[in-house]
Amino acid sequence: MLTVADLQGSSKQRNRERTMRVVVQGAAVVTMVVSVLIFFVLARGAYTFLDEIDWDFAVLSDLGWFPRRSRFDLRTILVGSVVMGGVAMVVAVPFGLGAAIYLSEYAPARVRKVVKPVIEVLAGVPSVIVGYFVVRFIAPEFVSKIFDPTHDRNMLAAGVGIGILVIPIMASVSEDALRSVPNSLREASYGIGARKINTVLRIVLPAAVSGLVAAFIIAISRAIGETMVAVMAGGFDGSGPYSGAWPTNPGLTMTTAMTNAVGGTDQDVGGAPFQVLFFVGLILFTITLLLNVIGDRFVNRIRQQY
Amino acid sequence: MSNVDTSPARAHVPITHSHGPSMTDATTAQTLTMIDDEPADETIVFDIEDLSVYYGDFRAVTVDELSVREHEITAFIGPSGCGKTTMLRSLNRMNDFIDIARVEGSITYHGVDLYDPEVNATEVRRRIGMVFQKPNPFPKSIYDNVAYGPRLAGVKKRAELDDVVERSLRGAALWDEVKDRLKESGLGLSGGQQQRLCIARAVAVEPDVILMDEPCSALDPIATARIEDLMQEMKETYTIVIVTHNMQQAGRVSDRTAFFTTEVNPDGERRTGRLIEFDRTEKIFSMPEDERTEQYITGRFG
Repeated sequence: MLTVADLQGSSKQRNRERTMRVVVQGAAVVTMVVSVLIFFVLARGAYTFLDEIDWDFAVLSDLGWFPRRSRFDLRTILVGSVVMGGVAMVVAVPFGLGAAIYLSEYAPARVRKVVKPVIEVLAGVPSVIVGYFVVRFIAPEFVSKIFDPTHDRNMLAAGVGIGILVIPIMASVSEDALRSVPNSLREASYGIGARKINTVLRIVLPAAVSGLVAAFIIAISRAIGETMVAVMAGGFDGSGPYSGAWPTNPGLTMTTAMTNAVGGTDQDVGGAPFQVLFFVGLILFTITLLLNVIGDRFVNRIRQQY
Repeated sequence: MSNVDTSPARAHVPITHSHGPSMTDATTAQTLTMIDDEPADETIVFDIEDLSVYYGDFRAVTVDELSVREHEITAFIGPSGCGKTTMLRSLNRMNDFIDIARVEGSITYHGVDLYDPEVNATEVRRRIGMVFQKPNPFPKSIYDNVAYGPRLAGVKKRAELDDVVERSLRGAALWDEVKDRLKESGLGLSGGQQQRLCIARAVAVEPDVILMDEPCSALDPIATARIEDLMQEMKETYTIVIVTHNMQQAGRVSDRTAFFTTEVNPDGERRTGRLIEFDRTEKIFSMPEDERTEQYITGRFG
């Protein structure tokens, strides 16, 4: 006679199943909670900061970025981030997209097998190394010789460095987008007697456009979030006079401003010059979050298309 | 072109239409053999001799002799893996995109060696268009799909493009269905309409030959019938080579049929494709010379 107990299986097995489920679920929950905590801490810090400056928004809009003197001109750091991010994309888009087109459309399989992993390894180079590379080589040997800036360390040099950091992401995500264009479209184009250049420019790139936009957005959000190169090569720490938005001038990004704020000032730790870190962090977090949401939209669109 | 319509071969198209592979009874066969003489003035488009296509060291298909005549529909049939698609794709150098693919022997196109180092594959494909197994319209508007080829060829004037697009869509029997929505995406059409769009796109560059690689395999019977009817109209203007898995289709639409099969390689373990028999379609379906052809036609293998 068959009983329910016979069909229950061993309780040991069931316990293992349950344990596994709890462990991985826990991992997922912790990850989510950390994200929420980050946002919470940023929001609380930002609120404290605004309280410290007595909700006096004037200090956020004039007189430059001088935290010691309680002057937090957001324009200075927004401009720094935008200029360096812009320079970075000017570097990263042509090289990243070019490399992606080469790998996806031109390179023989055996070349791609070697080059693609190398590019992906490049994405893992610590940014401090790129920072030194910029300070020691790119800035003095290229940027300074070509543009003759007043300082070796400036937004252009830092932007180029950030661009170098971002090229692998741009290349890798773009390549995925191009490779996801079905071969049947290339064949259709060649079958009509189209040349490779026309097939690439008129069929493959337009078909991959949403993926390419996604690559661009992911890359720019990384560029804006990059810290180390901007700190090392940006050349402006908020202690001297601010010299303007032109790329060959020294500049300060949001990330650099935050890094500087961590140590507070030499007079006191804490207070507005420290709390501003959370306020700027919240802005940065919001910008990158928005960019990622938009990027995700575009990535999803390629998935739907074919 | 008009002399082709009145040629003896043409007169027997209705017979192939109504029968197909069941035409193995002796009486039909005998009447057909009597008209098997070939007019001498037919233009040969492709002449293939001692051809082998290799993928690396692997010989995929061998053809001793095969010629494709102008304004005819030539069908390649045979079981899976027999090399018929490989053969078709070497006719417009589509195999060039496979790094390890290599052709030995000779394919001439209107007397010119297709694989001569000086021959430009792009130019070849402009003249020898292709329609693929799965409809593959570009993710563009219907209009832009058809206008793609002419635009590449340098046609810029709107009126001229409009004209080519209309003519091509009419030529593919699609115009009436899409004339009010030319700006809509080609991907929004049904499978059969997409395939006719691909045919329109191919004819828009005014090719000489159209290669069709199982053009109906992804379509329902009604869409298939439309494309088969279309092929009959198209052969007045073009020369057509079609690969098909569907014997009945070869019987219905083609003037000549090439039967391929697989055979064991004397030097290797993998089976390679070989052209077994090539003749008028009526002949292949009624009195094949080779036993293997007969077995395939009558459904005993493949």
